[in-house]
Amino acid sequence: MAVAERSVGERRAAIYQSGRDGQPDRAFPTPQQVAQAAREIVVPSPRQVIAANARRMKDASQFDQSMVLNMGPQHPSTHGVLRLVVELEGEEVVQLAPDIGFLHTGIEKNMEAKTYQKALVMTERTDYLGPMINNLVYALAVEKLLDCEIPPRAQVGRVLLSELTRMNSYLVWLGTHALDLAAMSVFLYCFRERELLLDIFELVSGARMHTSYIRPGGLAWDFPKEFKATVQHFLNIFPSRIDEYEALLTDNPIWKERTVGVGKLTAADAVALGASGANLRAAGVPYDVRKLFPYSGYENYDFRLITGTEGDTYERYLVRIAELREAVKIAQQALDNLPDGPYATSDRKIWPPPKEEITYSMESLIHHFKLWTEGFKPPKGDAYAAVESGRGELGCYVVSDGSSKPYRVHFRGPSFINLQALPHMAKGKVIGDLIAMLASLDPVLGEVDR
Amino acid sequence: MDFWIRLITQVIVAFILFLATTTAFAYLTLFERRLLARLQNRVGPNRAGPGGMFQPLADAVKLFFKEEITPTQADKVVYTIAPALAMIPAIVLFAVIPFGAYLDLSFLLGEAARIVPLQLADINVGVLFLLAVTSIGVYGVALGGWSSNNKYSMLGGIRAAAQMVSYELALGLSVLVAIMLTITPTTQAAADASLCSQIFGATPVESISALSTCRIVESQGGWWNIFKPTGLLAFGIFWLASTAEVVRAPFDLVEAEQELVGGFNTEYSSMKFALFFMAEYIKLIAISAIGVTLFLGGWRGPGVDLLYSLGYTNLGGLVSLGYFLLKLIAFLFFSVWVRATLPRFKYNQLMDLGWKRLLPMSLGLVAATAVFAVITQDMNPYIAGLFGAFRR
Repeated sequence: MAVAERSVGERRAAIYQSGRDGQPDRAFPTPQQVAQAAREIVVPSPRQVIAANARRMKDASQFDQSMVLNMGPQHPSTHGVLRLVVELEGEEVVQLAPDIGFLHTGIEKNMEAKTYQKALVMTERTDYLGPMINNLVYALAVEKLLDCEIPPRAQVGRVLLSELTRMNSYLVWLGTHALDLAAMSVFLYCFRERELLLDIFELVSGARMHTSYIRPGGLAWDFPKEFKATVQHFLNIFPSRIDEYEALLTDNPIWKERTVGVGKLTAADAVALGASGANLRAAGVPYDVRKLFPYSGYENYDFRLITGTEGDTYERYLVRIAELREAVKIAQQALDNLPDGPYATSDRKIWPPPKEEITYSMESLIHHFKLWTEGFKPPKGDAYAAVESGRGELGCYVVSDGSSKPYRVHFRGPSFINLQALPHMAKGKVIGDLIAMLASLDPVLGEVDR
Repeated sequence: MDFWIRLITQVIVAFILFLATTTAFAYLTLFERRLLARLQNRVGPNRAGPGGMFQPLADAVKLFFKEEITPTQADKVVYTIAPALAMIPAIVLFAVIPFGAYLDLSFLLGEAARIVPLQLADINVGVLFLLAVTSIGVYGVALGGWSSNNKYSMLGGIRAAAQMVSYELALGLSVLVAIMLTITPTTQAAADASLCSQIFGATPVESISALSTCRIVESQGGWWNIFKPTGLLAFGIFWLASTAEVVRAPFDLVEAEQELVGGFNTEYSSMKFALFFMAEYIKLIAISAIGVTLFLGGWRGPGVDLLYSLGYTNLGGLVSLGYFLLKLIAFLFFSVWVRATLPRFKYNQLMDLGWKRLLPMSLGLVAATAVFAVITQDMNPYIAGLFGAFRR
């Protein structure tokens, strides 16, 4: 492929141009290509890897030995409690199987036992690096069931908070990715900025990580009066900080040697594996839920759909960095256009009345009482909502049986599906590459296992 | 009688040197942690004592009291002696490093201490000794990794063996350039008048060799080797190869914790682990001291010769020691700085760099140095000195 011979500089320029007017649109792979790719992809189970190794070793000569290395669940760079069963020949990966489930906490099942309002707090325990986006997807699904209107202030606020959450999520990705390749200062620089973001979350919601701020019907309460200035301060300094990270990594020869050409995922492979988010876009597939299926008014914002071409680790890095800059752009637009007005729906069946109203209105008192004791009851039916989280397409499917508790909640966790790509990517690579690939897929084990 | 006095003095000096090295190790860890913290927008250890001065002490106490675990499947004997095999060569390296010129302790110890060299021993194959002892260090790491009977340790041990062996070649060749740039006296008269002969006693001119560390420093009285064109390139190669040799970032694949958990020392705990840790840092100090000696002029610096010629022997000696330590700290600072900045190499890239780039480059450099030395030897002494002509 001619594309593969392009220099790193050209690739970077292409990514920064992608999505601009007049640039060629990237295309989805054809169904035939995807079907072909799907036939070739194998995701073995841990047991299969161990058995295959035993079979191989039975008639292996002295110079043809391979071993099974058990990486994790306690390993410094599996990003949580992931266990990788790796068959190694020297340092070369013959095959590997991700073994998941060590962090399974039954979040989806637990949500069935809680009212719609209470189940919200479980959502941010899945992808604990993107709490607001998790809140949002659940809120969107429940709002679809309830068929309720969200006031503009809440809509714009949700977009703003989503983008701040995306930055938070990408900062942790960048930091841990760099740390996995031993560029440890980048990790601390990223966390320096993440601290500012967490301060913003704390300012609006009172909690740094588990915010529960975006709720079905609107926002938990109005933004504090310092909110605008605080976010503006962050948005002012952040672009120069992104330049700092880039100065340390983008043109660093060791960084490039470690990432260019490592963990390639073709467009057809990525679609066949169901990958989403930056992992998919880096492979050249122009898929972003914010663009294709806009929610919360994303169609009103001016931002670009960043796509890469190569689908290797370096490309995923470049795409995410470019998206970080886009996120700043969206957040700035949202902040500038944040309207005044109510922050939640005025439907008294969904959202409690203001406190002062309770003191003189009997009806309001009843609404308040019913909402906090029983909760609202969506009509029978089901709803699916999808958002673009920091890791990919995050979907939430809610089934209502007409009671005040969801009958079933299911998340389409992008981490879980992206992680499938690892065995395919890692074949024939060395351990050092494996670490880089895993980091650039950016799974959060809380979301993988749920 | 004279022999016994010499023996006792040498043992005392060796003991002082040993204590100084281990103390230097302790404070190097503090230096590194504080400096890394500064580079990374953190505070670093500052609780124990003023500015964290007692932190190394606290670390040592903690490591002493940790439970010592020997894996049941480990090869017990090898597992136990491996840390010592790593530690001893690291300390022995310091024997031939000239930390300064000499002191005059006759006011304290009588006429026998008129000249006390700030170097434990000057052997005429000093650099060979350094290279040989550095090489032995790999046994500790490789055997430690193998004997633990752990897959991660074994991978770390294999990496260690391959890495150290590969980079020794480039290291040796870059050191060779420094030796070729060293000018040694060719007449008995010049030999008797030279500084090293004054410090360590006169020797016949035939036995004087450019491999002696004292001679290498002495010959850098004019230009330090780093200021010579070939010397500068050799210094670059030396720095890369020595960083790989002591498995520092970005060449720390042997203990790449993101890949191999702890590498060769995964199974080690308590003082056995501490010995590996010490060996690594003492080796770093040692290799930096070697770099200072070979390329940065050792203890030389403006004013030292002047102080000696004015008769302030002790002041001159201390100033020379100060220059040496200053250069050493600059070297170590650079090492920490690099660690804070760069990602780690991959194993195959490391091998590529060692065999395909550094080795041919250093071979070419050795050839170039020889050619330049021969071409310039009859030119004016200024240029000849710059390119290291053999004769004086």
